[in-house]
Amino acid sequence: MSGAAAGVPERPVTLPGGVTGPDDLRAALGGAGYLADEGLATVVFLALALRRPLLLEGDAGVGKTEVAKALSRWLGAELLRIQCYEGIDAAQAVYEWDYARQLLHLRAAEARGAVSGERVSEAIEDELYSERFLVRRPLLAAITADPGGPPPVLLVDELDRADDEFEAFLLEVLSEYAVTVPELGTFRAAVPPIVVLTSNRTRDLHDALKRRCLYHWVEHPDFERELEIVALRAPEVAPRLAREVAAAAGQLREMGLYKPPGVAETIDWAEALAALGQARLDEAGVERTLGTVLKYREDAERVRAAGICELVTAAAQRAG
Amino acid sequence: MSTGAPVVPTPAPAGPTATATAASQPERLAVAFVRLLRRSGLRVPPDASVSYAVALAAVGLARRDPVYWAGRATLVRRPEDVEAYDKAFSAFWLGRERGRQVFEVQPQQLTLVVDSSEDEEEAGEDEPAGPDPEDGSGDELQVRYSAAETLRQKDFATLSPDELAEAQRLMAAIRLGGARKASRRLQPVRRRGRRPDLRRTLRQALRAGGEPVRRAYLDQGERERRVVLLCDVSGSMEPYARALIRFLHVAVAGRARVEAFTLGTRLTRVTRELSRRDADAAVLAAAKAVPDWSSGTRLGESLRSFNDTWGTRGMARGAVVIVLSDGWDRGDPAVLAEQMERLRRVAHRVVWVNPLKATPGYAPLARGMAAALPYVDDLVEGHSVASLEALSEVVRR
Repeated sequence: MSGAAAGVPERPVTLPGGVTGPDDLRAALGGAGYLADEGLATVVFLALALRRPLLLEGDAGVGKTEVAKALSRWLGAELLRIQCYEGIDAAQAVYEWDYARQLLHLRAAEARGAVSGERVSEAIEDELYSERFLVRRPLLAAITADPGGPPPVLLVDELDRADDEFEAFLLEVLSEYAVTVPELGTFRAAVPPIVVLTSNRTRDLHDALKRRCLYHWVEHPDFERELEIVALRAPEVAPRLAREVAAAAGQLREMGLYKPPGVAETIDWAEALAALGQARLDEAGVERTLGTVLKYREDAERVRAAGICELVTAAAQRAG
Repeated sequence: MSTGAPVVPTPAPAGPTATATAASQPERLAVAFVRLLRRSGLRVPPDASVSYAVALAAVGLARRDPVYWAGRATLVRRPEDVEAYDKAFSAFWLGRERGRQVFEVQPQQLTLVVDSSEDEEEAGEDEPAGPDPEDGSGDELQVRYSAAETLRQKDFATLSPDELAEAQRLMAAIRLGGARKASRRLQPVRRRGRRPDLRRTLRQALRAGGEPVRRAYLDQGERERRVVLLCDVSGSMEPYARALIRFLHVAVAGRARVEAFTLGTRLTRVTRELSRRDADAAVLAAAKAVPDWSSGTRLGESLRSFNDTWGTRGMARGAVVIVLSDGWDRGDPAVLAEQMERLRRVAHRVVWVNPLKATPGYAPLARGMAAALPYVDDLVEGHSVASLEALSEVVRR
């Protein structure tokens, strides 16, 4: 860094694998099978360096969830995933007691004659509410992970599907990295987990939660990057076909479809064409596989009306 | 920002932030940049500038792209703000000319919302038989009551600014609650529910000597459906839009799970602006956010962008969607029909509020209205406070 940076409290950050900046991180993620662009690599680097949760928003199929998976592969860390849905609550996300075993244990104690009178003794109650009967759901598992190993990657997927109550609860956990189980006390993370939240933006997440996180809007990849992704994820696809499929996917995204294809669809499409023995993109092949890339009848109709032949020609041109 | 060439940032002497050039500590630069962002309309909480400074220190200032992305990650929280961020970034870090427009407040057409007193004189000239509240004579209580009653029925297009303010007070009493649906969240019930509540059963067993004699249950609760309001603010709706935007505010500020958008030549989300408590501030903020007040109408196109960016993704799913429009559309009716069909497929109900419906002899002949009608569950009036009260009944169904 030049003299202009004098006075900057230089904070050389070293992450696992000797990663000291966004470029190293990009390479590391590439090694784990995820090709990030510069923006995403910088944001992920910052999330790790500043130990902040990372909130990824973007259209379905742009590879938000993959980021967490790639992080866990790269770091050799456990991936703990919470798939959100309407009505998810602490029992599914944090912890629950194993009630069936608790009841059995209680009956056994009763049979031994350990239970007498109206109330169950405190000793048995303590036994019932010990860690032995605690079922750790992903959030608690992330907080109580072995401090010896790498911190786990906690993926909270599609948070926008959960309700406000759950979001508020999550915010509480993410600000303290602690969970209180009334019967046992407070668990506090020795090393905070790496947290990745994703949202499809069906509703706005609460500002307070966004403030806790670093934010990144994940875009569809550009042609070159999409091509690399296809080559990496579907190596059996002939290079020429991969180029043309990536070009055609880009073409489809510009057509104002209801559901523009994501990277996942591009990969599916390339694989489907390869499975049918295609080495190039042609009209018949597209016609037969359109369902792997377009998921609305109206979209398929629009593409047919615009002409599949034109699509193939344009893609071939774009692919160079 | 994809140019990867190493650029030593040269913070431009951009207005009052020029002091930042003296020292290049990330904190000072961060604070100065955040001030510029705030001036260009972004909401940046104080702790975000701290995060930004720390992020800058972590990536260093030597290259442009990391500096750009450090700000994107810490200061921007929704994709709509990226454009403003980019402009401010160019102006501050790169000293580009085009960044200058950031400082200029864009001209706003405020005709719809500002209660100017210009048309005070003509106010009330076509007032029906209702007694003048300023009259002062007679039984005051009686007068006020009947004035409110008259106002309730009165067409929005004929309201004076004072009456509009009064109408807003009346509207504030309307509670726009969506129809109820079963919630997926289970809650304890007294009766026999569909799932055993083992947690409570065990707790009760402990109190009964270890015997699970009383079994507890869980069952689904109920919650209100989301309500989505899409208000047409095109030229032909002008007389009504100024009242309806206030209705939108009442609805949005009144409860959670209400979303509001304006339709015109484009789609604008105004939920955030309207969720302020203070009605005038909220309506003013919404007016600033909407670039196409009283311009043309492309209902089909606006609805398409609603469907694409919000609706089918989830916001309209299972929701009660209310379109407030006179149905005058300069776009292609086929597009409108197609988008209404899409909306109808995901929404719980689609209600169309047409202020013109109250006109004697009204028939839905406007091209847009005729195209949309097959996909509308209820077509209701929306020209007066009373009709909006009736609307809240329809929505609850």
